[in-house]
Amino acid sequence: MSRAVPFRVQPALDDDNRFFWTSGQDGRLRLLRCGSCGYYLHPPLPRCPECGSRELAAEAVSGRGEVFSYTVNHQSWDGDPEPYVIVLVALPEQAGLRLTSNLVDCPADEVRIGLPVRVVFERHDRVWFPLFEPA
Amino acid sequence: MTDVERRAVISGIGQSAVGRRLGRTGVDLTIDAALEAIADAGLTTTDIDGLATYPGAGGGAGPGFSGPGTPEVQDALRLEVNWHTGGIEGAAQLAAVVNAVLAVSAGLARHVLVYRTVTESTEQGSGGRPGIGIGGGAGGGGGGGVPRMSGVMQWSIPFRAYSAANWLAMNAHRHFHEYGTTPEQMAMIAVNGRRNAGLNPKAVYRDPMTLDDYFASRMVTSPFRLYDCDAPVDGSTAVVVSVADHATAVDHPVARVEAVGTALRGRPSWDQFDDMTTMAARDAGAQLWTRTDLKPADVDVAELYDGFSFLAMVWLEALGFCGKGESGPFVEGGHRIALDGELPLNTHGGQLSAGRLHGFGFIHEACLQLRGEAGDRQVGAAVEVAAVANGGGPIAGALLLTREG
Repeated sequence: MSRAVPFRVQPALDDDNRFFWTSGQDGRLRLLRCGSCGYYLHPPLPRCPECGSRELAAEAVSGRGEVFSYTVNHQSWDGDPEPYVIVLVALPEQAGLRLTSNLVDCPADEVRIGLPVRVVFERHDRVWFPLFEPA
Repeated sequence: MTDVERRAVISGIGQSAVGRRLGRTGVDLTIDAALEAIADAGLTTTDIDGLATYPGAGGGAGPGFSGPGTPEVQDALRLEVNWHTGGIEGAAQLAAVVNAVLAVSAGLARHVLVYRTVTESTEQGSGGRPGIGIGGGAGGGGGGGVPRMSGVMQWSIPFRAYSAANWLAMNAHRHFHEYGTTPEQMAMIAVNGRRNAGLNPKAVYRDPMTLDDYFASRMVTSPFRLYDCDAPVDGSTAVVVSVADHATAVDHPVARVEAVGTALRGRPSWDQFDDMTTMAARDAGAQLWTRTDLKPADVDVAELYDGFSFLAMVWLEALGFCGKGESGPFVEGGHRIALDGELPLNTHGGQLSAGRLHGFGFIHEACLQLRGEAGDRQVGAAVEVAAVANGGGPIAGALLLTREG
């Protein structure tokens, strides 16, 4: 499905976040996970805040989730007049683990809390933005 | 039971002109507010030995947000200080007041000038409010000149969640979902504020607002309409925090600091906090009541941050004025929160109608109400206890003030 690709402020890639912002190259969403206790860290940290381990590695997650909350934005902050949907997606891998993102390929009046979603990536140059669409 | 807070009083208050696009500098407005507060405290500039502000120069989240830093104000007033601070981290805007209370309590200063100045209206000009991190009107494809995001903002701004309006709108929707809160209920925060602003000569928006007017305002980011968002203004507010024994030296009642709430126990994050429907207000509010024998029912007037209407509802719950999730029914119809209601709320109009003085408008109004000097909007002669709260999301601070004298 084709849709207009909006302007996006780019993240500054560094050694801590590059895995996240380039993860979509193979269509998978990845988060940092503790190899010792299994805790998912978001945002990334140098040590696991649960057990203190430094054995951390990017690990693919299912890419599934559900809309935990949302807002339909109408304010033209970036010069684009089209409304768009910002979502907070709860990931099933861990209680309380959430990503702020956009809901795409879904009419704004059909977004609701609890809507099942799956990740889809929008590439801008060297960054793959993880967005979500209805599952 | 600690009494650190009760070694300090707010002995004086001052406020500059408040308005849209005043075209004056932040330091100019600050001098007006400071001199008024110092005189109100029965002091002169030579008595001021401490200086505190939020957020300090360069603490910016957009043009006109910061106001002048303490060095600029110290020099403008030729103050000789033993203690000074400015910063954006801490218990919201009230951190500057809490820090002053602690400095006085610790003996580092006797009289601290605390101020908060904004020139957002003049500096935003006609371009409207920018999103955080993007600046005014920077859109349109290329993104030339827009910095790449690092740090915590990289997890929201690349998803076009540019503003606290976007982030907190999701908190509001979650509250609606979990508790059945309605837009009609939330609207009463705005309608109540406008009603009170009509009695406040310094409020920027004073024309009456009906529920129909509210629903006719454009949607900004659902469920927030334009009238759920506060109004950028220019203005400066100052208070003098003094040692408690100074209370007898002034010719009016003072506000004694009864308790502070500064806690942050959940993750300091807009989107990872454990309870989206309350966030940090929960922690600051709960802590405040552990530091006093007073109870929520003792509060005569509540001046609760309404940068967005929903935040005042969050604070009503966090400070125990109603049960968790019950702020919708509490404000419904607007009777309980009216000037003659059981808990008069945002008696000056709040930031929604009196203008976005960014936190300090609430403490100024609380002091006026405690002193019986709020003019046509005075709640009554018997205001003994006032609650003040600032902040939203992972940022929260609260004060309980009592009248002395």
